[in-house]
Amino acid sequence: MSAKRVFIKGNEAIGQGALAAGCRCYFGYPITPQNDIPEMLSSAMPAAGGQFVQAESEVAAANMLLGAAACGVRAMTTSSSPGVSLMQEAISYMAGSELPGVIVNMNRGGPGLGDIGPSQGDYFQSVKGGGHGDYRTLTLAPATCQECYDLTFTAFELAYKYRNPVLILGDAIVGQMKEPVTPREPLPIDPAEGGDWKLTGRGERAPRLLKSLFLEDGALAGQNRLLQKKYEAMRAEVLYEDFETAAADLVVVAYGSIGRIAKTAVRALRDAGLKIGLLRPITLYPFPEEALRALAAAGKRFLTIEHNLGQMVDDVRLAVRGLADSDFYGVFPGNLPTPDEFVEPIRAAAKGA
Amino acid sequence: MSSIPEIKEELVFDRPKVLADVPSHYCPGCQHGVIHRMVAECLEEFGLVEKTIAVSSIGCSVFLYNYILVDTVEAPHGRAPAVATGVKRARTDAFVFAYQGDGDLASIGLAEIMHAANRGERISVVFVNNTVYGMTGGQMAPTTMIGQKTTTCPAGRCAEREGGPMRMAELIASLDGVAYSARVAVNSIKNMAQAKRALRRTFETQIKGEGFGFVEFLATCPTNWRVSPVAANERVAKEMIPGFPLGVYKDAAKED
Ligand SMILES: Cc1ncc(C[n+]2csc(CCOP(=O)(O)OP(=O)(O)O)c2C)c(N)n1
Ligand code: SF4
Ligand SMILES: [Mg+2]
Repeated sequence: MSAKRVFIKGNEAIGQGALAAGCRCYFGYPITPQNDIPEMLSSAMPAAGGQFVQAESEVAAANMLLGAAACGVRAMTTSSSPGVSLMQEAISYMAGSELPGVIVNMNRGGPGLGDIGPSQGDYFQSVKGGGHGDYRTLTLAPATCQECYDLTFTAFELAYKYRNPVLILGDAIVGQMKEPVTPREPLPIDPAEGGDWKLTGRGERAPRLLKSLFLEDGALAGQNRLLQKKYEAMRAEVLYEDFETAAADLVVVAYGSIGRIAKTAVRALRDAGLKIGLLRPITLYPFPEEALRALAAAGKRFLTIEHNLGQMVDDVRLAVRGLADSDFYGVFPGNLPTPDEFVEPIRAAAKGA
Repeated sequence: MSSIPEIKEELVFDRPKVLADVPSHYCPGCQHGVIHRMVAECLEEFGLVEKTIAVSSIGCSVFLYNYILVDTVEAPHGRAPAVATGVKRARTDAFVFAYQGDGDLASIGLAEIMHAANRGERISVVFVNNTVYGMTGGQMAPTTMIGQKTTTCPAGRCAEREGGPMRMAELIASLDGVAYSARVAVNSIKNMAQAKRALRRTFETQIKGEGFGFVEFLATCPTNWRVSPVAANERVAKEMIPGFPLGVYKDAAKED
């Protein structure tokens, strides 16, 4: 039995999803456009028996997340672009120390202070590591308020499955819009989670150590090998939406809010008789490269649309290399995209070749 | 042939069991080791070993976990108080302490220590002030004394150019969330006894839930001060203590 549908913002869906997924520690610092999340959790988290801390900075928030993660408690921080830049050192340490945690980035325009409107300018930062060292964070990109809710569950599940930080990369569009969301039954807190590594105080067992410093001969190489194996295993978690790609000549590739807007344009052009489909990556890391490669092998052409100046398009081109290429259409961060804006670039790409 | 009298052995001095029986990586005359031992003794005396989670920081003492055998997480440079906040919030029944150097705490991590203290986090911070960045080769720290030569102020720290040494025990004591703040030294038997009392009281504020506990240890770094261990110890009394007065700057138990 699932609970009644609620009409909430994407931001609130993430907050409610986190609580229902068993998150019991939240750390954050104010920044638009994600303030709904700390505001709702400042009362909802204590009411659920959890801890809410307004940190002195995003640097501190991410390090509080690291500390709670070391104890095996489901924990989250949320922010937007400039704040997420400040979190990168801690995220790198979490990846190096194999600590699970959820970091939400409601992407706003950049670089620098940019604006408070939507953008996908943090794609590279999210999927290529973001901080120092060879590491990856699983990255989930919701396009609807329901996905904001559901992917928050997925994020905690994957964080603990792989002992790795997981990013939810939304934007000011999905964070601010309101839609009906069907909540799930709250998960019971599992006291056994992380049982073989988390810090509890050593009790009668040997002391445990969570660290990312490896100075002994060969130790760091060993740790990097272990991490790479883990990233390889994460490929099994690929998620994407496939909209009518089978009979299409041209496949539009777009994620998050832009994927959703592009779908409206694709639908309109299909109604006008054009053979177009859409592939919307839901996991940005791991990237749905096999699905794209299969489409390339079947002779499709590609157009990547993003709300930035060309980032994910690099990964699309890598996925289809040797078989195909991808055109690119970018909306400048600072401008608001509409379905109409995408119609002409898609029509042109469909004609091209 | 006379009979040999029976020899009775009595152990009068032993290491705390939570302290690992391994060779130390610290330089001769470095006082990190003395302070580690004092921390280990207090953990045992209060029966805290089993429920302790330590947060190690970045500096010469990053290897704290090789010596004090408790559950430990390593924090990024300066962030130990934020990491300890996360640990304590996640596990309110644990005893949580952070161990930080002066570069770590008073420079890059200044925001984290001030705010953890101000929030009154129920954690304990052991602060080791040796007036230099030990691990990276003796550069100037926020605690370097006026006139003190380091690798990045070779002519001596100049107040006009670089400001004066920061006195953290006093700064921390000014914050509402703090239950205890003191400065101690381990350069003499007398000072060591006082230091032990201060460390016990720091831990006690957490055990009793009184608030944030802070103790600053003045310590030697003979290697980067470029002096002998004996001369380093003498400098603590001659130069450091006059500039960093010892004492209890705040104790919630003594206030009405
Ligand atoms: C972000 C970052 N900046 C710089 C360093 C380099 N670093 C390592 S230890 C250290 C200073 C340690 O000095 P202190 O905290 O006084 O500890 P000590 O070694 O003197 O005990 C620095 C700057 C680092 N590890 N991380
Ligand atoms: S460099 Fe200084 S602080 Fe580091 S171990 Fe040597 S004496 Fe101690
Ligand atoms: Mg130092």
